[in-house]
Amino acid sequence: MIAVKVNSVKKTFKAEKSVVTALQQINFEVSKGELFGLIGPDGAGKTTLFRILTTLMLADEGAASVDGFDVVRDYKEIRKRVGYMPGRFSLYQDLTVEENLSFFATLFNTSLEENYDLVKAIYQQIEPFKKRRAGALSGGMKQKLALSCALIHRPSVLFLDEPTTGVDAVSRKEFWELLRDLQKHQITIIVSTPYMDEASLCDRVALMQNGKIMEINSPKGITENFKKPLWAVRGENMYQLMQTLQASEAIDSCYPFGQYHHVTFTHAIPDSQVASELAKIASVVEVKRIPATIEDCFMELMRQ
Amino acid sequence: MKQFLFFIQKEFYHLLRDKRTLFILFGMPVVQIVIFGFALTNEVKNSRIAILDQSKDEATASIIQQLEASQYFDIEKNLQSEADIEPAFREGKIKLVVVFPSQFQSTLLHTNTAPIQLIADATDPNVANTLTNYASAIILDYQNNIRGNQDFPYTIETEMRMLYNPQMKGSYNFVPGVMAMVLMLVCAMMTSISIVREKEIGTMEVILVSPMVPLRVVIAKMVPYLLLSMINIGSILVLSVFALDVPIQGSLLLLVFECFLFTITSLALGLFISSVTNSQQTAMLISLMGMFLPTIMFSGFMFPVENMPLPLQVISNVVPAKWFYYIVKAVMIKGLGFFSIWKETLILAGMTTVLMLISIKKFKTRLE
Repeated sequence: MIAVKVNSVKKTFKAEKSVVTALQQINFEVSKGELFGLIGPDGAGKTTLFRILTTLMLADEGAASVDGFDVVRDYKEIRKRVGYMPGRFSLYQDLTVEENLSFFATLFNTSLEENYDLVKAIYQQIEPFKKRRAGALSGGMKQKLALSCALIHRPSVLFLDEPTTGVDAVSRKEFWELLRDLQKHQITIIVSTPYMDEASLCDRVALMQNGKIMEINSPKGITENFKKPLWAVRGENMYQLMQTLQASEAIDSCYPFGQYHHVTFTHAIPDSQVASELAKIASVVEVKRIPATIEDCFMELMRQ
Repeated sequence: MKQFLFFIQKEFYHLLRDKRTLFILFGMPVVQIVIFGFALTNEVKNSRIAILDQSKDEATASIIQQLEASQYFDIEKNLQSEADIEPAFREGKIKLVVVFPSQFQSTLLHTNTAPIQLIADATDPNVANTLTNYASAIILDYQNNIRGNQDFPYTIETEMRMLYNPQMKGSYNFVPGVMAMVLMLVCAMMTSISIVREKEIGTMEVILVSPMVPLRVVIAKMVPYLLLSMINIGSILVLSVFALDVPIQGSLLLLVFECFLFTITSLALGLFISSVTNSQQTAMLISLMGMFLPTIMFSGFMFPVENMPLPLQVISNVVPAKWFYYIVKAVMIKGLGFFSIWKETLILAGMTTVLMLISIKKFKTRLE
């Protein structure tokens, strides 16, 4: 069953003297109960897409439906059944955890008790602080509370706009575990993130850049599509190494990735000769063959 | 309904937990009434004056005594010669010098007329004017007294009565003005800020993507400020009656009803501001510049509208505070009934309806 369907959606914004295209020709479908990720840098159009799907904005062209309801015509129906956590969502700082939750529960004509089983896993983590004002919570706690607020009415589709931005690594990991947990309740989740490493946690991801979807696939499918052998290279002077490699004709691509540079060659070279080939160009300390990650695929797609 | 009530409760939490703002909202009307009532006033009292008495006879002594006895003047010093006048003003303490020529009484008795010179420091023209008027009145009073002793026909006496405000108190003017100002500030500014804040922190997006009807969100926002304003009106009225001795001549019920109406007007204005702005700063600036200043300038509370050039007089008609100010003065000070102010009330009600309709229409169900 299809939970979300987007059909050639286009959206432009009028800037001062020009027209900015935020989204062009967006097409995708999300099945019920799927955890779907929108991966892309800031300005890729993720938030605009969310706003169109949550009926907050109207697309210039194309159509979209959520849970079988048209986002323009049946916007009232959609507003009853989706959960939305905007990117800059920061709850009511001067209300306590409990008050925030009961406010959003009442907003959707429900109560905390009614859907307790759904938010239980999350709520138990923040329950010790339920009398504390939301403004006094840590970043990770705030996001968990916001997630509880978005879930309180048992939405059929949950839209999370960059829920883990600005949250520490441990809390991010916990947050994603919570999302995976929610799938048991047959809730469709669409989540956007600028962090490539989170992509592998989704069922399927759409890689977005400049208002376009470059590829939609499972994380595994995306990395498998990366056909060229990928090498991690380390040298004494990393910056100089990158410049030398990028200037070389034998090297197709080279960009920094943690402690290493990820390198591909223009022509196929047998694995055994790679070290010596590289030594001809620059002084290298360590070379090893590695599997491609989502970020490598994203960089590759961007170059095309 | 439960939704709606909870929303109102939430607004009260916001309001009550922001202690500093709350203190200002409740304290402001009290402070303003006290300041306007006691400190800022157009009345001139206990002005320091100097006397140059070159005659020193019974008549001058009598006039000087009456000047001293009035609450308007304090005689700071007696000058010895005309050369002292200029230095006395230069010191800056003296506002007025009363000069009696030599042989004042005998001139008066023999020729039936005698001059007195009043020299005023006109760096502040209004004060100078007021002081010379006071002094003239006291001198005229003396003249009438001595005239009574003689048989002197054909005198025309002007008898003045200051209606509604016999003591010419400034607070009669300020109380209605402060009411308009406070209501504008509390309702228009606070409502617009509180709605725009929800936009800023992103909760408005979530509220929009919910089954709650947007109109209810707005009304729920208004309720606490409506209540707060009614409390403020109460404290202003209590203060003005008991501390400033400004009585409520007309019907209290009518007065409260008119205040209620103006509160709604201000709330509608606040709602309108919030629908055209996206940040708290802008909302605050627009409320201050676009609402507060016109209220002070065009309501007639500080500057008489009748004296303004015609274009400004026309503009003043669109300022709701002007009508409210007129109504409050009519009901509170003059004690008029509804039939004397129904036109103004209707104008105010019309403005409120139009503003409400526009802002509700402008309140978006989407983000753009």
